[in-house]
Amino acid sequence: MTRIFVPRDSSALALGADALADAIVREAASRGVAIELVRNGTRGLLWLEPLVEVETPAGRIGYANVDEADLASLFDAGWLAGGEHSRRVGVVDEIPYLKRQQRLTFARIGITDPLSIDDYLAHEGLTGLKAALALDGAAACEALVDSGLRGRGGAAFPAGIKWRTVRNAQAAQKYIVCNADEGDSGTFSDRLVMESDPYCLIEGMIIAGISTGATQGYIYVRSEYPHSIATLEAAIGKARAAGWLGASVLGSAHAFDLAVAKGAGSYVCGEETAMLESIEGKRGIVRAKPPVPALAGLFGQPTVINNVITLATVPIIFARGAKFYRDFGMGRSRGTLPFQLAGNVKQGGLVELAFGVTLRELLFDFGGGTASGRPARAVQVGGPLGTYLPESQWDIPLDYEAYASVGAVVGHGGLVVHDDTSNLAELAQYAMHFCALESCGKCTPCRIGSTRGVEVIERIRNGDTSTKQVQLLRDLCDTMVSGSLCAMGGMTPYPVLSALEHFPEDFGLRPAQPSKAAA
Amino acid sequence: MVHLDELIERHIGCGSSLVAILHAIQDEAGFIPPQAVAPLARALNLSRAEVHGVITYYHHFRTRPAARVTVQLCRAESCRSMGTEALAQHIEARTGCRFDAEHGADIGLESVYCLGQCALSPAMMINDTLHAKVTPQKFDALFDAACAKEPA
Repeated sequence: MTRIFVPRDSSALALGADALADAIVREAASRGVAIELVRNGTRGLLWLEPLVEVETPAGRIGYANVDEADLASLFDAGWLAGGEHSRRVGVVDEIPYLKRQQRLTFARIGITDPLSIDDYLAHEGLTGLKAALALDGAAACEALVDSGLRGRGGAAFPAGIKWRTVRNAQAAQKYIVCNADEGDSGTFSDRLVMESDPYCLIEGMIIAGISTGATQGYIYVRSEYPHSIATLEAAIGKARAAGWLGASVLGSAHAFDLAVAKGAGSYVCGEETAMLESIEGKRGIVRAKPPVPALAGLFGQPTVINNVITLATVPIIFARGAKFYRDFGMGRSRGTLPFQLAGNVKQGGLVELAFGVTLRELLFDFGGGTASGRPARAVQVGGPLGTYLPESQWDIPLDYEAYASVGAVVGHGGLVVHDDTSNLAELAQYAMHFCALESCGKCTPCRIGSTRGVEVIERIRNGDTSTKQVQLLRDLCDTMVSGSLCAMGGMTPYPVLSALEHFPEDFGLRPAQPSKAAA
Repeated sequence: MVHLDELIERHIGCGSSLVAILHAIQDEAGFIPPQAVAPLARALNLSRAEVHGVITYYHHFRTRPAARVTVQLCRAESCRSMGTEALAQHIEARTGCRFDAEHGADIGLESVYCLGQCALSPAMMINDTLHAKVTPQKFDALFDAACAKEPA
């Protein structure tokens, strides 16, 4: 019986994958052909969705952008044997976009049925947890330090040092909290893990728990991701039934359990302390630090807070060893980062590569240029709080330190491409507007500064391009950068100042205007 | 109508947070009725102001029912790079409604910020169903279908 794979992640669903899967089953039945339908995760080649795969002796053959209207001709063309058709894109594993990646965190994605425990175990699942169970917790924390893994949510703090801090803290109850409040536009790698390989995240969290002495974990997922929430809840139920979670993890002396906490549409809850407040049921207001959450986090207890990608990378580090992982990357940025090609890009999707790749390679060798076919003009890297990079900066290697040296951030690895019709002054004003909408209101530079920022940029755009206005904007940004409690107010100036710096003509300013104020 | 007291009781019993209980109420009732505030405050030993503060802090919680057809369009950077602002103008012209204004019983237009479909921009939800790579023509077809559907 031929196996047909139709992805079940929300990107495929947003392009009609459920109806397509039903139609495939109907068409096969009407032709009296026996098929087995598998709802796999996405391969991350999102511009090809819905990407239907047919299992053949030559490998899994892909048919891209399949529409219900194509099905009759696909069956006629003998697609169940990998037949030729205009939708056929060949053996999926051989597609250069995929083949040239270094998939470590995303090794399983799209290959397996996300909720099948058998699939997971057949693809190296639980190998990392079993290795971690054989280690003393302190040794496990040191192994993570050795791997060089840094927090993938954006702050890039060494994960192992955070774990060690929590492990050494004395408390009756410790927690592992996974930050899955992936609110940055241009990012979707957390979502792909949750919807396409949820057990990987669960395994990483269990390893974090047994290594640090935490017995309860929470995954804080944004309410905009209902499919992620549903998939995680189903996966947690199955993992508990299989004995991975509960009073005795895989029969060991360690207890660990997990629950999903649902966000409610607040961007700032992606900031770790606002997230803790939200999990506790309160308004998502940022806490002043110190104390750091590793010592006084959720309900005041020592808490490991890591992003989804960080935790989902833990299993392969323990399965293959710290050295294996550390050998990827450059400088102090070790391992791989799942980059997300988004916005005005022809081939948008997930590209996991070692640190050190350039924006130009990602944009053209993988992305294939813009979706509009027009020249690309600016790329915003690292989400709404990241800088806009002009073409002159596209050859800088993507590495935390190299980016920091030009005032940019790698962040969560999201790249939003804008073509030559974009107006960076409008985008700068939008950045301030978004900050005004989402500010938690606790600190003045963010709460008031964002509104003043919208006003001053509007004045400049309306023709008041005097030095006084521009200086006012720079001073305001300086206050926000230096005086805000968290990255919301502290980094909103990054896109604003980079737009002003590199695209002054969009503000009605002379391009050659000298200035010193890089973000 | 949801039996508020019973629902609150059930969730307090299993240690749910205020945010989690509000989700449960909205999932069942479609919004958070004003009469939920006092019993929640009593059950959680909070002031009514604190409960009100949480409800109104989060964009997701509604204090009145959603329109029969609710369009949530992503207005964030990735979708902006793919023409979501022009699409928003088209939607306003097509529906005769304004984004983020007080909505009537039939049509509500809401701005949202990132649905995680940034490789397939622009993205939107119509009555909680996700759509990607939306064009004005595709919107018209989806909107007509949503309007034609009998209320649940």
